[in-house]
Formats: sequence, C-alpha cells, structure tokens
Amino acid sequence: MLESLSSSLQNVFRSLRGYGKLNEKNVKDALREVRMALLEADVHFRVAKDFTKQVRDRCLGQDVLESVTPGQQIVKRVHEEMTELFGGAHTDFNLEDRPAGVMLLGLHGSGKTTTAGKLAHYWMSSGKSVVLAACDIRRPAAVEQLSTLAKQEGAACVAPREGDTVPDVAARARREASEQQADIVIYDTGGRFQIDEDLVHELEEIREAVQPADTVLVLDAAIGQESVEVARRFHEAVGLTGLILTKLDGDARGGAALSVHSMTGCPILMTGTGERPEDLEPFYPERMASRILGM
Amino acid sequence: FGGGRPSEEAVEELEENLLAADLPARLAMELVETAEASGGDGLREGIERRLIEELGPAAPVSWAEAPRPMTVLLVGANGSGKTTTAAKLARRAAGNGRKPLLCAADTFRAAGTEQLALWAERVGCDVVRGQRGSDAAAVAYDAQQAALARGADTLLVDTAGRMHTREPLMRELGKISRALEKGREHAPEETWIVLDASIGQNAVAQAKFFHQAVPLTGAILTKLDGSAKGGAVFAVRRELGIPLLYAGLGEGEEDLAPFDPESFVRSIFEEDDEGV
Ligand SMILES: Nc1nc2c(ncn2[C@@H]2O[C@H](COP(=O)(O)OP(=O)(O)OP(=O)(O)O)[C@@H](O)[C@H]2O)c(=O)[nH]1
Ligand SMILES: Nc1nc2c(ncn2[C@@H]2O[C@H](COP(=O)(O)OP(=O)(O)OP(=O)(O)O)[C@@H](O)[C@H]2O)c(=O)[nH]1
Ligand SMILES: [K+]
Ligand SMILES: [Mg+2]
Ligand SMILES: [Mg+2]
Repeated sequence: MLESLSSSLQNVFRSLRGYGKLNEKNVKDALREVRMALLEADVHFRVAKDFTKQVRDRCLGQDVLESVTPGQQIVKRVHEEMTELFGGAHTDFNLEDRPAGVMLLGLHGSGKTTTAGKLAHYWMSSGKSVVLAACDIRRPAAVEQLSTLAKQEGAACVAPREGDTVPDVAARARREASEQQADIVIYDTGGRFQIDEDLVHELEEIREAVQPADTVLVLDAAIGQESVEVARRFHEAVGLTGLILTKLDGDARGGAALSVHSMTGCPILMTGTGERPEDLEPFYPERMASRILGM
Repeated sequence: FGGGRPSEEAVEELEENLLAADLPARLAMELVETAEASGGDGLREGIERRLIEELGPAAPVSWAEAPRPMTVLLVGANGSGKTTTAAKLARRAAGNGRKPLLCAADTFRAAGTEQLALWAERVGCDVVRGQRGSDAAAVAYDAQQAALARGADTLLVDTAGRMHTREPLMRELGKISRALEKGREHAPEETWIVLDASIGQNAVAQAKFFHQAVPLTGAILTKLDGSAKGGAVFAVRRELGIPLLYAGLGEGEEDLAPFDPESFVRSIFEEDDEGV
C-alpha cells in the first residue's frame, strides 16, 4: 500500500548514513521523498511544492543536520509545520442567530444528506431543536432519505411541495423554523459540480433566500487533486465558512484537508467517521497532520 | 538547448498536468523521465501513447453476446455512483434486447432501496427490493430466484456502499456473492467496481480490498462529466489488470458511455471546464 512519509524518510536517511555527513544534496533527495509522500496522500501538487520548500529551509538547520536521527527530525518538523498550518484553534459553527442556518453543499455523493442527519443528532443531543430542509429535488428519493433520517432523530423535516423551486423550500423551512422558534435549520442541497454554472447559481439563490450563517462544503476525504478547484469555485460563489471532511473511517490520507485549507483558508469544522448518526467528530489538526504523513 | 531537448518549463508543465489528473506520482515522474530521455518533440504524444497502453484495449461490454442469464454485482465505496449506474445499465441492457431485473440490496442506507425503486420505474424495469435493515444476501438470493422465475436474463444487483477497511462489511459482500451463486450456479458472472472519477490515490487500496472480497471483473468510472480526470485508475489498472468498461457522464439514465481509453487520455491534457 502507500508508503508513509515517516518510514520512507527513515529509509532515505538510513541509506544516506553510509555516505557520511548530510549535505544539501542529501537533503534534496529526502525532500523529493517528502514531496512524493505528500502527493501520495492527495495533497495538491502546488501545496506539496510550497510546503516542501518551507520544510527545506527548516531542515537545513544545524540541529537537524547534526542529529543522529535526521529522518525523525525532519518528520517531526514537517508534522509541526502542518499542525500549525491547520490553524491550531478549533473553529465552530456560527449559531448566534435564531434560527441559525447551516447550508451543506458539495459534489455528488460526498455525504451531505448523511451529514445533515449527523449534525441534527449532534445538536439535538445537546438540547437544541433542529429543522432539516430537503433542498435536493433532483436525486431520486433524496427527500425520503433526509426525512427518514429526520424521523430517526426526531427532528422536523421540511419537504418540497408540488411546484416548489429549491429556494422556495429553503425559505419555507426557514419560516417554519422561526415560527417554531427552532435553534437551527440545516439545508441539505443536491450534489453538483463546481463547474456547473446553473446549479452553482441555485446555491447562490438559496443563500439569498435564507442567508445562512454557515455555508459548509462537505468533502469526501478520498478526493484527489480537484479538491482545491472544487473548494475555490464554491467559495467564490457562496463564500464558504467551513469544511466537513467525510469518510475518514476509510484509509484515505485526506491530503485534501491540507490543500483546501491552505489554498482557501477555510477552517475544517468536523469530520465524518462512519455511516451512523453519531459518527461525527470535531476536527483535530494534530491528528490530521499525523494521518496525512502516515504516522 | 538544441537537439530538440524540451525546455525545463515544458517538462515541468507536463508533469504537473499528470499530477493534477490524479495519476500516481511515481508513474507520472517515470513517464516524464522516460519521455524526456528519449528526447525531442512529441514529448506529450509519447506520454499519451504510454498511457493508452497502460489502459489496455477498449473492452466494450457485448450485451448481445454476454451469457443469458447473466448476473452483474455492483460494488464500491460510499457514494461512488452504484445505484445510479445500476439503473443506467438496466436501460442499456434493455436497449440491447435483454430483459433486465434490478435488485435493491442496499438495505442499509436510508432510502437506499427507494432510490433504486424510483429509478426502476423511470427506466421501466422490474425491481426486487428488501426492507431496510433486512439481510442483503437474502434479498440477492430472492432476486436471483425471481430472475429465473420471470425469465429475466440480466440481473443487476446494487449493493450498499462500504469502506474497504471495514471487514464485516467486506465479508457481507462475499456472502451476497455466494447467495447469488446459491440461487443460480455460476452467478454472478460479472462483479464490477464503481469508482468516482474525483478519487485520489486511495482508489487502488479500495480496488484491491474489494477484489479480495469478491473477485472483480471490471470497473466503471463515474462522474467524468465533472472537472476531475480520473487518473487514479492507472494505478488500479496496473495493480489489478481489470478492464475499464464504462464512463458515467451525468445523472440521467442515458449518461453512460463505453469507456474510451483514447479520449480519456486526451482529456488529461485538456483544460476542461465542461468535463469530457
Ligand atoms: N463510511 C462512511 N460513509 C459515509 C460517511 N458520510 C457519508 N457516508 C456515506 O456516503 C454515501 C453518500 O452519502 P449521502 O449523504 O447520500 O451523500 P450526498 O452528498 O447527500 O449525495 P448526493 O445528494 O447524491 O450528492 C452514503 O452511503 C453514506 O452512508 C462517513 O463519514 N463514513
Ligand atoms: N454528474 C454525475 N453524477 C453522478 C454520476 N453517477 C452518479 N452520480 C451522482 O452521484 C450521487 C451518488 O450516486 P449513487 O448512485 O446514489 O451512489 P451510490 O454508490 O449508490 O451511493 P451509496 O449507495 O450511498 O454508496 C448521486 O447524486 C448521483 O446522481 C455521473 O456519472 N455523473
Ligand atoms: K472530466
Ligand atoms: Mg444528498
Ligand atoms: Mg446506492
């Protein structure tokens, strides 16, 4: 399977040791491996390039060069660098409004509807009342999927009526949530490509109709190099306030997390770790860095 | 310079092109290095040729010649496009003079069977479905029986999405496959993995584990109508050698095309905002 960054670096330095002292050339070879490992973790190639450059300067420091375990030293540096890059502090949703709106959007099948159910579970467990808005009128049984999850959680679900457009459903859900004095409305939207202008425009319309405090990109952790373009375009169109990374219970490294964060500045709010309603966790930068590096 | 040696920028651009398409990094670098060493013009053409070779010849599914009856088991990670693809395949089979039957064996996900049932209605195909929470293997067995009883010659079995790292769920796939065989000897004739084109380097791990659980006979790459190029399938080809059968090109029932290695490879080098 994929070779982890830490083990490949240990190997490089073990073999280098035969040649005596480390020098710039040796470090360059090691950094090639760093870049390779980042790419194998699905880190965007530009991010991998910049990141490797930054690490290079740190690695040429005397303490690393003279260390008996330079491989480990470099891995440690890279890990620190990455954790820092993820921003350290945890970012939360903007739940001050009542009702507070959270719009979920993203590519097809990334996990939006499931995550809507999980968020309802999460907030309702802490005593908040939640309304789910079924804003996907294209995918067969999308409304039924969301209403099944809502019923399971005991949350209200607003479904489209005959002739409703998507912004209509969203607006009605918001109105009903206000009337019921609910705390949070979660808008589940249908999957779409960031390059589909009509469907991206639909997101803008929803946003105008209900002014959600949070617009959250739901991203599959196994996504490859497109992660950055996907996030960038959606961000331009609707102004993302955060990201939820799903399917982290698999063994994808999730380099997209680093890529999207460093290219758009969007914080990662939560991670999905399974298919059940309770499989949603706050995001931990340090753990994510370890995962990307295969530590 | 001189001697037709490509510029450093040109080489770097090519390499970035390949990486951006999700080609495995080592393969991308290997391709660029060999092409560079052989020198001169046609750097990109050389790489294209190599990539087309990597994919192997086009392997269109011949619905006319495929065995009757035939059972196709669809497997893959969560959300990759299995259910939609099952419906598209039913439509294609019917269009080629076969009598398809759909089996909704995703008894796990909320509205998993309803989704396929709605699709079945849309494409005008019968469906056998289980209750949510019921045993998927039992549903598959019933469907196999129903196919025999109703004279359906093409059974398309949609399964729940799963992470390849979850052992019990992978074992369940084996159970489904054996239930199909119990219903009719030699079934399933085909087991196809459905992969999302936007996937990165995890594709090969996924494919390998699925292959261990239920020997795969082909792959379908969905969502190629987006901006992702799907280059991770090169790793799948190298490791498993299974043919790429179809490309998913949209959310409609007709948005499925036989996989075309040449246009697939060409699109890697195209700035495409519109997809393939
Ligand atoms: N293993 C795992 N599966 C997940 C996770 N989140 C979602 N899923 C699964 O991913 C698949 C797709 O989830 P959906 O919620 O339907 O995705 P979606 O984004 O709403 O899909 P569209 O509306 O069609 O775009 C389902 O099988 C979910 O059970 C997760 O964190 N882990
Ligand atoms: N644009 C586009 N969307 C697709 C394609 N194939 C599937 N989809 C969409 O991807 C999403 C997920 O598709 P499903 O067929 O539900 O995926 P699945 O593998 O059955 O999902 P689970 O059963 O939850 O694992 C849906 O929104 C589909 O409409 C395709 O080729 N192109
Ligand atoms: K494409
Ligand atoms: Mg959905
Ligand atoms: Mg499905």
